[in-house]
Amino acid sequence: MSDLFSELFLGALLFGAMTAAVPLLLAGLGEQISEKAGVLNIGIEGMMIFGAYTGFVGAYYSGSLWFGFLTGALGGAVVASIMVLLCVRIGLNQIVIGIGLTLGFDGLTALLHHFQFSRTYPRLAAAEITAIPLLSDIPVIGPAFFRHHLLVYLAVLLVGVMVYVYRRTQLGLNLQAAGDKPAALDVAGVDVVRTRTVAVLSTGVLAGLGGAYLADVGAGIFVPFITNGAGFLGIVLAMLARGRPLWVLLGALVFGLCLSLTTALQVAGINIPTDVIQMIPFLAVMAMLVIFGRRSQLPAALGIPYVRGAR
Amino acid sequence: MKHVDNSIEAGGHPVIALERVTKRFPGVVANDSVSLAIRAGEVHVLLGENGAGKSTLIGMLSGLQQPDEGRILIDGQPVAITSPRHALSLGVGTVFQHAMLVPTLTVAENLLLGAAWWRRPRKDSLRAEVEELASSLGIRIDLDATAAELSLGEQQQVEILRALLRNSRVLILDESTSMLTPSGIDELGALMRRLVKRGLAIVFITHKLREATAFGDRISILKLGRKVGEIAPERFSALSEDDLTAEIVETMFGNRRSDPDATTRVGTQFPADAQPLLAVRDLCLAPSATSPGLSKISFELRAGEVLGIAGIDGNGQKQLAEVLAGQIAADSGAILLEGRPVDAMSVGARRDAGLRYLTDDRLGEGTVGAFPVSINFFLKQVGRSPFWKAGIEQGGEIDRRAAELVRDYDVRTPSIRTPIGRLSGGNIQKVLLARELSTGAKAVIFNKPTYGLDLANTLVTRQRILDAAASGKGTLVISTDLEELLQLCDRIAVMSGGRLVGTVANGPHAASEVGSLMIGLAA
Repeated sequence: MSDLFSELFLGALLFGAMTAAVPLLLAGLGEQISEKAGVLNIGIEGMMIFGAYTGFVGAYYSGSLWFGFLTGALGGAVVASIMVLLCVRIGLNQIVIGIGLTLGFDGLTALLHHFQFSRTYPRLAAAEITAIPLLSDIPVIGPAFFRHHLLVYLAVLLVGVMVYVYRRTQLGLNLQAAGDKPAALDVAGVDVVRTRTVAVLSTGVLAGLGGAYLADVGAGIFVPFITNGAGFLGIVLAMLARGRPLWVLLGALVFGLCLSLTTALQVAGINIPTDVIQMIPFLAVMAMLVIFGRRSQLPAALGIPYVRGAR
Repeated sequence: MKHVDNSIEAGGHPVIALERVTKRFPGVVANDSVSLAIRAGEVHVLLGENGAGKSTLIGMLSGLQQPDEGRILIDGQPVAITSPRHALSLGVGTVFQHAMLVPTLTVAENLLLGAAWWRRPRKDSLRAEVEELASSLGIRIDLDATAAELSLGEQQQVEILRALLRNSRVLILDESTSMLTPSGIDELGALMRRLVKRGLAIVFITHKLREATAFGDRISILKLGRKVGEIAPERFSALSEDDLTAEIVETMFGNRRSDPDATTRVGTQFPADAQPLLAVRDLCLAPSATSPGLSKISFELRAGEVLGIAGIDGNGQKQLAEVLAGQIAADSGAILLEGRPVDAMSVGARRDAGLRYLTDDRLGEGTVGAFPVSINFFLKQVGRSPFWKAGIEQGGEIDRRAAELVRDYDVRTPSIRTPIGRLSGGNIQKVLLARELSTGAKAVIFNKPTYGLDLANTLVTRQRILDAAASGKGTLVISTDLEELLQLCDRIAVMSGGRLVGTVANGPHAASEVGSLMIGLAA
């Protein structure tokens, strides 16, 4: 048991927490954009799994992680564009289409994987680490948070970018108006459908990127259903954060820690059944929903397709 | 309200003209070959009842809908207005009936909506522009307030300002007075006069005669999608207000009746020692984020009396109604019906005891839109004999009784099996009236009974209220329409900030007394 609190263990635990938090962070920030604009994007899990698959394929055949991130983001955007067509343009039910996309792309990626990789299970080389000078030398904290792939820092930076977009830009105003009162945005002369299209595509890009990171850096391999609900956790994060990017980051770290704890506790060989340990992240979700969920405020027009002139 | 000077250069060139415009929706012709000319420097009133086609006309001018036939000319050139954005760029600004501000954004942010998305919001130059414009119009606007904090009148001012900031030449005001207080309406009227003096063209949509004659230069009258009359400025100024009213009423209704808003009822005095039918003592309810709560509300209502509750919307009227109906529990106080306390009774038990509530939320809480008219009559008796026996619906009994009520209350419905959501507001209100008044009612609370109804249905509803009182029921009428209360009530109590600030016996001076109570304490 004493191993549990050793410096090494703690460092590994926190490193794992950060690694696990990044896909959640990207998914949560992405979902937040859609929800701000009034689209409940349940298809985000599908965007993530397809991003993970296309990201892995891109990185595997090109040998470049960055090319993998690009193809992953594109993969997410492809799924998002289906969502745009069906839910934003045609105005079909966002929940039904979202579930459909998630199940469909879970299945499609498993199938493609079966034909391509099921005999070989190829792995990618370990991701290149960018250590931040000075900070990375701090004991425990340094290796845990400042020895990661460059994308990790970019993802954290994105939190600040999103805060700026929401608070200070015209785009931020438009997104919020599209979610809270789309008719007002329309009569102010801004196309609601176009605004929501941009929002959902951005969600797809971020979710795809998150999926690609998960497969290429986090795991180094693609296996079917690898996202394992990370997109859904992103939805939970976006709901709890009430439109604030910083809260998404905090939530992602908490969930990341829980996920990391699952692995760490199994590795440490603690005498608790694995099944119980694996429940930890989802118990954390429920606990956070109970504590913070009551106060969550959602945009007034969330989930409602916009039809001009309808009452 | 006095007829305002309209001698300024009315009758310039038309900024916008509609030529024989027709718009059809499935099953209805909303506009049938309507022609209109909107001129600079003129308030052009579109007058008509619900369903006359006013909203559709506005929809086409503001780019929400396109005409099926006919054309729209701007400065003499035919134009297809394809979107609200296009309408704005053509100089047509619209203030819609329901506020079109984003409630969670500040006034400044709302005014900034619509700029190109890559631009940085230019808050500083906006502030200067708004201050100049607002002071020249004599209005005050707090740019940093959240839109949801503003009163409906202030929200409208923001929307008018927005249209002006975008250099609109035509300003369309769609039923802008329907949610305003009497003083708010006068303020809007004065603002409209100032705007047309600057050369703006205003289209003012209303179904209130008095506003049309007080604020308009030219009146076009719509009826069932057709334009049935137009009164030009020359004729407008030549006629006295009474003659004008008579002419409009004749055009709108044939010579059926005079202006229904014009009468004031002189209240009946009830002896103070008469046994009150409904007595309310010191009702209190804690304030919430959206309402001021109730503080020490006390009043008595006698059999046969009509007691009005006046006040600006959102001063606790709805909470009072729901506490009386039992839908929310008061923190303290007592409600006595015929001397017996009902505080401990549920909604259903109060109804059975004769305390009835007609909600203002007809579609949300009053009816189930997808259910047939017949079931909606008996929504509050579901499971009860004779309409249900041992849990089984007695279709025959329901249909028989529903058919009677449809006849007695003149509900215009294709059949009793039609889902009630398809009926007009006036007919839904008739169903609610039938449900609450037909059997066993003793004291009835009407919450905004004619809100959103057209003139014909407003008159029917008001008559029902008077009939109910005449048959010995105690009636409490909550309304923001002062004219309505003056016409119906024996006494009018004024509510402000969750308190009853005074009660006035109806009579020739009641209007000014109630008005001063509303304004004096609302400030």
